[in-house]
Amino acid sequence: MLPKDQLTVVIKEKFPDSFLEITDFRDMLTIHIRGEQVLDLLRTLKTDPRFAFNFLADITAVDHLEMDAPARFAVVYHLLNQHEVRRIVVRAWVDEEHPSLPSVYPLWKTADWQEREVYDLFGIEFTGHPDLRRIMTPDDFQHHPLRKDYPLQGRGERSNFPVVKRRIGSKWQEDKSVQ
Amino acid sequence: MGVERSGGIGWLSTTVDAFANWARKNSLWPMPFGTACCGIEFMSVLASRHDMARFGAEAIRFSPRQSDLLLVAGRIPIKMMPVLTRIYEQMPEPKWIIAMGACASSGGVFDTYSVVQGIDNFLPVDVYIPGCPPRPEAILDALIKIQKLIKRDSLGHYKPPVEETAT
Ligand code: SF4
Repeated sequence: MLPKDQLTVVIKEKFPDSFLEITDFRDMLTIHIRGEQVLDLLRTLKTDPRFAFNFLADITAVDHLEMDAPARFAVVYHLLNQHEVRRIVVRAWVDEEHPSLPSVYPLWKTADWQEREVYDLFGIEFTGHPDLRRIMTPDDFQHHPLRKDYPLQGRGERSNFPVVKRRIGSKWQEDKSVQ
Repeated sequence: MGVERSGGIGWLSTTVDAFANWARKNSLWPMPFGTACCGIEFMSVLASRHDMARFGAEAIRFSPRQSDLLLVAGRIPIKMMPVLTRIYEQMPEPKWIIAMGACASSGGVFDTYSVVQGIDNFLPVDVYIPGCPPRPEAILDALIKIQKLIKRDSLGHYKPPVEETAT
């Protein structure tokens, strides 16, 4: 794979409008890019023989509410080149209003459930995803609980179930002395 | 049984009571609902060292329709609560519930949106076991407490199902 400065030149040339920067932390390169072009960038990283990142290890997201960041949400793609055993991280920044990204399902089928998870917990839509449903929270859940403005203890979901009463056997209940 | 509905307190019904309670308390069939670490701990109660079979409750059934003691071992998330309710409703009467561990009893340390803060908010729990996880001895103790409850129960206290009284 290319070293950092060459990689910067190559990516910047290909995506002049949406490229932000490349950061380096303990030899892990991270490409920051605006959300709209993430599918093209990932396609380049997958198909270009200089990169050949053939495996999508993970998709996750970060909420930068009230933090100094290019946008509120960052969707993070972890890629792996299985031949050279190299990894790279792509951060796609998406804005707060109607956050949406192109789905990478056409490139990696594994993106199916991973994008559903990001959609479920952060409310980021993936256009072109074949089946964008909630995957972890119940189907009738209303919110996206991993957003930082969602209260930790929820909005009453955990106390909203029918109460089942006892039907048989109450004698011992009157007699509280059972030890 | 007709005796259950008659609600009488004659010699016959008390004798039947005593016999039925004796039979019930010594042949509990637990249905373990293990959703977390407590479920693993429950296995050791069944193993040879602690051996729940000594108290007549070794027939673990993973079908609610064959069991009369629901043992909830572990935290119950909001997605699992309707399942648990459904399992409880499938169990034949009479039935008892043990809430094993801090999580099933109160939510434990998981004070978050996704964890039900104690199954007793929605289900009639008979015995709570404190601990995280409880010692096997504590589970045996809970079983013995359930047996005591059963001993004091009476067939005459049968309440007809809600559907029958509604009209
Ligand atoms: S009470 Fe402790 S051991 Fe039991 S399920 Fe909760 S965390 Fe696990």
